[in-house]
Amino acid sequence: MTKLDRVTSRVVCFTAENINTDQIIPARFLKRIDKSGFGDDLFADMKPVEVFGIADARQRQIMLCGKNFGCGSSREHAVWALRDFGFRVLISTAFADIFKENSLKNGVLTVTLEPESHQQLVSEWQKNPDAEMTVDLEKQSIAFAGLSIPFTVNSFNRTCLLEGIDELGYILRHEEQIKAFEAAR
Amino acid sequence: MQPKTLYDKIWESHVVVPETDAPAIIFIDLHLIHEVTSPQAFDELRERNLRLRRPDLTLGTADHSIPTTTRTLVRSDDPLAYDQVTKLDTNCAEFGVELFGIKSDKQGIVHVIGPEVGATQPGKAIVCGDSHTSTHGAFGALAFGIGTTEVGHVLASQCLLQRKAKNFEVRIDGQLREGITAKDVILYVISQIGIGGGTGCVFEFTGSAVRAMNMDARMTLCNMSIEGGARAGLVAPDETTFEYLKGRPMSPRGAEWDKAVARWRELKSDEGALYDKQIVIDGSTIEPMISFGTNPGMSMPITARVPNAGNEELKRALQYMDLKPGEPLLDHPIDVVFIGSCTNSRMTDLRAAASILKGRKVASNVRAVIVPGSHQIKKMAEDEGLDKIFVAAGAEWREAGCSMCIAMNADKLEPGQYSISTSNRNFEGRQGPGGRTMLASPLTAAASAVTGKVTDLRRMLKR
Ligand code: SF4
Repeated sequence: MTKLDRVTSRVVCFTAENINTDQIIPARFLKRIDKSGFGDDLFADMKPVEVFGIADARQRQIMLCGKNFGCGSSREHAVWALRDFGFRVLISTAFADIFKENSLKNGVLTVTLEPESHQQLVSEWQKNPDAEMTVDLEKQSIAFAGLSIPFTVNSFNRTCLLEGIDELGYILRHEEQIKAFEAAR
Repeated sequence: MQPKTLYDKIWESHVVVPETDAPAIIFIDLHLIHEVTSPQAFDELRERNLRLRRPDLTLGTADHSIPTTTRTLVRSDDPLAYDQVTKLDTNCAEFGVELFGIKSDKQGIVHVIGPEVGATQPGKAIVCGDSHTSTHGAFGALAFGIGTTEVGHVLASQCLLQRKAKNFEVRIDGQLREGITAKDVILYVISQIGIGGGTGCVFEFTGSAVRAMNMDARMTLCNMSIEGGARAGLVAPDETTFEYLKGRPMSPRGAEWDKAVARWRELKSDEGALYDKQIVIDGSTIEPMISFGTNPGMSMPITARVPNAGNEELKRALQYMDLKPGEPLLDHPIDVVFIGSCTNSRMTDLRAAASILKGRKVASNVRAVIVPGSHQIKKMAEDEGLDKIFVAAGAEWREAGCSMCIAMNADKLEPGQYSISTSNRNFEGRQGPGGRTMLASPLTAAASAVTGKVTDLRRMLKR
């Protein structure tokens, strides 16, 4: 897995609530059997002006998203599309369960903030949409327009992201326990 | 000892390594795979030179991107879909996975065939790279959708990293009124708690209305748990469950069957078990439900009026649906009726649709497409003569698959068209770019097919 420790970049602010993975990548693009190139199909039908109205959107690695981002279908293609488009950090007040798991497994950090902190970031962004934000996973802190906003990521997930640890490798290291469990069934 | 919920019990019996800072490692009893979310996972196995740990606990089918007009794939019709389905064939052959492919008489939508062959059983932990895996929870199995990376984890280790979810009791008391189905119940529940209401939770559906449901209906209920934000839904197994499973190809037999049933009987929440969240609904008050917006939470009784566009999301939804606040949905013209999907494509659903369509005609302005959930269901329906009723009414009767639920094949809406669909997602473009979906039960769908507009099915019930 790709490591992630600190990301500094301009920000896309797309805070519509309940954006589902069908909107992130419509089903007709799911026929390809590899993981690459899905960025071209990101938000293919929805084409939100918040993203496509920004000339350098593909250079922006951080997105402020709305509540319950990534709900609906479990398609990991949604994360592949976001990552391939350029995003490495997503910041919301809540993410859908499966989407959050899929993101972490692809080196995309999902930061969940309290609504007040999230709103502060959005307000600052509105004042200066081209300001750079730094998301520091090691320090668990966001720096933006003079604000410093702490966040927490579960320590296991944090270590995985910081060190690029692969979860499958972690599971397979428990071979003895898995064997014992199988034998006891 | 502290009383436990059904979910607590199933969870505990699958923990290989307990949760600490790291998530628990849990064992998976059944891994269902299909063509869309598995190819990259098999590649991962090959790249890392890993074997598939338990082919005996893995089962495949092709359902999402196949045509439902024929069982013969032609590459020139859709090369990407052809390659995807062929890839599933070769992956299953190479790794020794049993596959109910497009030509198999056991083929069907992945969540329809698991129960049908008896692979889905109480107490199992079941996963699939598909969010509607929650369907299998109707049997008292812990079943949830996973991403493709996790599909790879299960292929390689038969295990998953998971954190325990919260318990959410959804109790439906009382008795449903005539013409009210499990689909109306779940749309009602989601309209109450919202599409994020169950995030981080596992639903357990309880109450007399749930006990009275047959397995098809319980599957409809659990199917849409994910639409309420919960990864899984559960119904404790009972005689109805055992009756359904008895004699299925993969169900236990003889003495094994008796042992299994004895074990399954223990699978229920203890008296006094605590839930983190709870909602109690009087089932007798539920009316036929229909969705008016672009997520399943935007649903209302069919006789209600479209609500006022309070927030941006609703405004955008009504704009997309071209509906106005305060407008009734009843009598709104429709173009397409789709009866099918893992939500509503089983015998109960087809019989319901046939009970309305028998001796009636689909309106001339409507295209009605009926897609059975599996090859076995298709056969059963034809043995009962349901296909003749559908065809005589002027509906299309198809081969099994996901079809217009997801529009990955040729079955889709034209931009701007309205459909009444028995599927589970009314997202923008879900049934084809620009298509407008209204979710409802098979009874409502069939009644509306006849009139060509949104119709209260209670008008058509036999007196
Ligand atoms: S029928 Fe629809 S929801 Fe069900 S598995 Fe197929 S595409 Fe998914």
